[in-house]
Amino acid sequence: MSTQVFDVIVVGAGSVGMPAAMSLAERGLKVLCIDQFASPGQGSNKAAIGGLRATHSAPAKIKLCLESLKTFATWEEAHGDDLEWFQGGYVFVAYRPEEARVLQDLLKVQKAAGLDIEWYGPEELLRIVPGLQREGLIGGTFSPGDGSASPMRSNLAFYRRAKELGVSFRFQERVTAIIRRKGQVVGVRTDKGGYATPLVVNAAGPWARQLAQVAGLDAPVVPDCHEAGITEPVARFLKPMVVDIQPAPGSKNYYFHQSALGQVIFCITPDPAILGSDRRETSAFLPMTAQRMVGLMPKLANLKVRRTWRGLYPMTPDGSPIVGRHPELSGYIDAIGMCGQGYMLGPGVGSLVARLATDQLTPDDRATLEELRPDRVFGGAEALK
Amino acid sequence: MPDFRIQDHPILPPPGEATVPFTWKGQSFLAREGETIASALFAQGIRTFGHHPKDGSPQGIFCANGQCAQCSVIADGLSVKSCMVPVKPGMAVEPLEGLASLPDPTEAFRHHAIETLPTEVLILGGGPAGLSAAIELGKAGVNVILVDDKADLGGKLVLQTHKFFGSIDACHAGTRGMDIGKKLEEEVRRFEQVRVWTETTALSVFSDRTVGLVRKGHYVVVQPQMLLVATGARERSLVFKGNTLPGVYGAGAFQTLVNRDQVRASERLFVIGGGNVGLIAAYHALQAGIQVVGLCEAAEDCGGYKVHKDKLVRMGVPIHTRHTVVSANGKDEVESVTIAQLDDRWKVIPGTERTFACDTVLVAVGLEPVDEFLAKAREFGLPVAAAGDAEEIAEASAAMFTGKIRGLELAKALGRDVGEVPLEWHRTAEVLKSRPGATVTEEIPEDERGVFPIFHCSQEIPCNPCTSICPKGAITIEGTDILGLPMFNEEACIACEQCVAVCPGLAITLVDYRKAPEGTAEVSIPYEFAPSSIQEGSTVTVLDTLGRVLGEVPVVKVRAPKFADHALLVKVQAPSAIAKQIAGIQVQEPWVSKPAGEVVGRVPDEEIVCRCERVTAGEVRAWIRQGVRDLNELKSLTRAGMGACGGKTCPSLLKRLFREEGVPLDQVTDFTKRPLVMEVPLGAFAGVVHGEGPTVDAAVVRAHAAFEGGL
Repeated sequence: MSTQVFDVIVVGAGSVGMPAAMSLAERGLKVLCIDQFASPGQGSNKAAIGGLRATHSAPAKIKLCLESLKTFATWEEAHGDDLEWFQGGYVFVAYRPEEARVLQDLLKVQKAAGLDIEWYGPEELLRIVPGLQREGLIGGTFSPGDGSASPMRSNLAFYRRAKELGVSFRFQERVTAIIRRKGQVVGVRTDKGGYATPLVVNAAGPWARQLAQVAGLDAPVVPDCHEAGITEPVARFLKPMVVDIQPAPGSKNYYFHQSALGQVIFCITPDPAILGSDRRETSAFLPMTAQRMVGLMPKLANLKVRRTWRGLYPMTPDGSPIVGRHPELSGYIDAIGMCGQGYMLGPGVGSLVARLATDQLTPDDRATLEELRPDRVFGGAEALK
Repeated sequence: MPDFRIQDHPILPPPGEATVPFTWKGQSFLAREGETIASALFAQGIRTFGHHPKDGSPQGIFCANGQCAQCSVIADGLSVKSCMVPVKPGMAVEPLEGLASLPDPTEAFRHHAIETLPTEVLILGGGPAGLSAAIELGKAGVNVILVDDKADLGGKLVLQTHKFFGSIDACHAGTRGMDIGKKLEEEVRRFEQVRVWTETTALSVFSDRTVGLVRKGHYVVVQPQMLLVATGARERSLVFKGNTLPGVYGAGAFQTLVNRDQVRASERLFVIGGGNVGLIAAYHALQAGIQVVGLCEAAEDCGGYKVHKDKLVRMGVPIHTRHTVVSANGKDEVESVTIAQLDDRWKVIPGTERTFACDTVLVAVGLEPVDEFLAKAREFGLPVAAAGDAEEIAEASAAMFTGKIRGLELAKALGRDVGEVPLEWHRTAEVLKSRPGATVTEEIPEDERGVFPIFHCSQEIPCNPCTSICPKGAITIEGTDILGLPMFNEEACIACEQCVAVCPGLAITLVDYRKAPEGTAEVSIPYEFAPSSIQEGSTVTVLDTLGRVLGEVPVVKVRAPKFADHALLVKVQAPSAIAKQIAGIQVQEPWVSKPAGEVVGRVPDEEIVCRCERVTAGEVRAWIRQGVRDLNELKSLTRAGMGACGGKTCPSLLKRLFREEGVPLDQVTDFTKRPLVMEVPLGAFAGVVHGEGPTVDAAVVRAHAAFEGGL
């Protein structure tokens, strides 16, 4: 049997790999996408809670997410699939001067980057988010252009489109070697076969480091685990994603939004972080998160929790993604380390990878890639992770 | 105003008066004290509780067990499961139309911290298995928390108005299930270190080997050294057109409405499935004054005990073997059911469809273990055992015995000096789990003089109360276990009629030639229907074991001895030619079972697989044909399994569709199982306390203190 030849092999059919495969095919490449799970999005994509925002502080992420938001917002019109996109904006609340200061400082950077975001006092904020705890509310930011969509539906829509464009998929298949010749990728070996290709994209999410090691490289990506939950659906009472960045014993920030179907989806950042890839349910999650949510918005007390799960954040030392050609191996592109934002970054990163692979980079792209390059010096963390 | 409450049940004590006022859509009604909203509505003939947000389909009772959320209504502004929440005085109940609104809090509340309580053994489920285990653990002095989601202990025993099979020594055979439940509860309550938490639902086993429970609205975490899963079974569902119309529900749900809550949930009923559950439910329906139009079973013969089947047949209920349900028909609620004959390859034979008018279709197509807690405990390394149906589907008699065994095993594992589990217990458990054995031709004795019992009992099942009850010891069973058929082996009968009364299958008659006029005999027949339905001096139609009419005979005596435990012993005078064939009295007229001339009501065109998210079999089949092989992908594509029931109902139906499409299940990736097992308000996890009361549930504190003291 002759070895199949592809222009590019994307490893990972999740939040990043799927749109990357699609974008690469859109630019005329013959693409193979390999994933270790049984079907698309079964790694971290389905664990994402669906928030989509461009209101970051790092310019690269702002640009990538603006491009992603455009994809999500226009997808149904362009391609027909309902992604459950809902443009309700993001609200970051402040109940202490510390958080108010952080948010207001960021506002300057965000506005300079051209983002639609404003600071609102308590009365105005309560009009945007009725039901917030009034006592102690200082104010918060609201960015109406942000929103949410269903990670699973998005992934499946991109999958459908990718197949339409001729992308080949192999599920339940693991990459066992990235074959190189004279410093150049020439193929991929898996537990089920081998494929020839001059280009591999690492989009393996929390498993990015293992894949890098298979290629004889390393990647500073360490997963940590976050738990999330979803409630019964109810009639809409909440439009924006609400984020509370105030720390509390056991947790840093937490956030929740009401999906297009009416379900409230929530997540918390444990403190200290739970490093590793253990995704088993903890007894600490629900009481900790519920207390904070009900304290912030008392009416949530009556909302019934339906399901919980844990997902992995592929963290980098500085909290920013790693995207670009690897300096030590020709034909190997990193699209990794999304730090829990793979879903919102995915379409932007995917299309950037496609432009990179086909040498169609814009000056903006070059700036982004400079910021996210794999061999950068990893400094301090981003303020609004 | 129509009232569908049962007033004259032959077995159950008369229920209390309805005194609790509530409103439904603004109209005033009365509920009984402690009655669930669902039963209070059924008592008014209301069984459509709202409409689904996705397609506006009418919603009503499905599980009546708190497992799904199909019966949700709005009670005082909050969406609740009507099958679990009792009516409170003045409660305003509204249908749930589409999505519920989340109300603003009506009162201030505070939080308290969620406690973690240690215990030696946590038993999930207060049914026959859990209670029996608790008794053994109690005897051994083990600290136990036993939880059950219902207000009353006993599990499904509460619903079992019939006398139990098995042996008297091992599992109270010959006693009614509901009374066995009470006996077990009394015994459990004797042990101080066994703490019983009713209205407590287990939600999840966590990776730190704790178990999250919600107790009367308060969230509690229990940290057991060992877990016993005695959570019983849930009913399997079935895919057919109209399968989610209000009026289609499980046999267990039906028994809850009829036997626990004493609501005549139906006037004309059709049963799908000839296992014990379906057969018994049909019998319970007859006792509640509900017409049973028929029962269909896909196999050659019913899978349940032959005595249960015979009981129905001789009461006049036709059993359609090799038949399946084609559709439940009706616009908004069930108005009729269509069944059809199956060929050798289990396909419907066109042209054999028949439609029967009915208002309710019971689905009794088997049970599956509630084993998600068991799986999670094993995954997380929490020492765990299972007993009863959660371990293996069998009769409640077997559940009591496996519970007993597990109880002793756990006590031993915890270091208590309880000795080995007697080998005999294991043997008895195996015998009680036995599937029905060989069926033999009924042997009718040739004698036509004196007095003797006749056993219309021709299938080997684990049962022997008749041998234990006979004061003369004249009834024996062949072999060493209790599976054999009874024999009467000496002429010592004193006509005490105790064997007639005790037989759980109502399969023993007593034929007495001594005082009857020449050419006749007196035949004693057990009868478990309303006393008002039979009088001395009246004439009754008697039937043989196969339900064939033998003739009309006069009733010469009706008595209700205490030992018959609410059953009547009816003595008829019959010609000798038929006396020994008589096996029962017809209670339902043949016209009840006649097919309708044409389909009554609209035939729906959709078969629903996932009732929470309204996913049709057609959608699922289309995805399978497109190559989907991962149930998780199917879930993302269709939302099947994402609904309020927590993916408890549709997985087996989805897998069946894969098989029907020719996809072997080893090619299909199973669902990833996620907590929670039940939807619970966020406030419970936040430790929300309403009003000005104590910040911590006083009972929990007391229990905690008792436990600390007990160590």
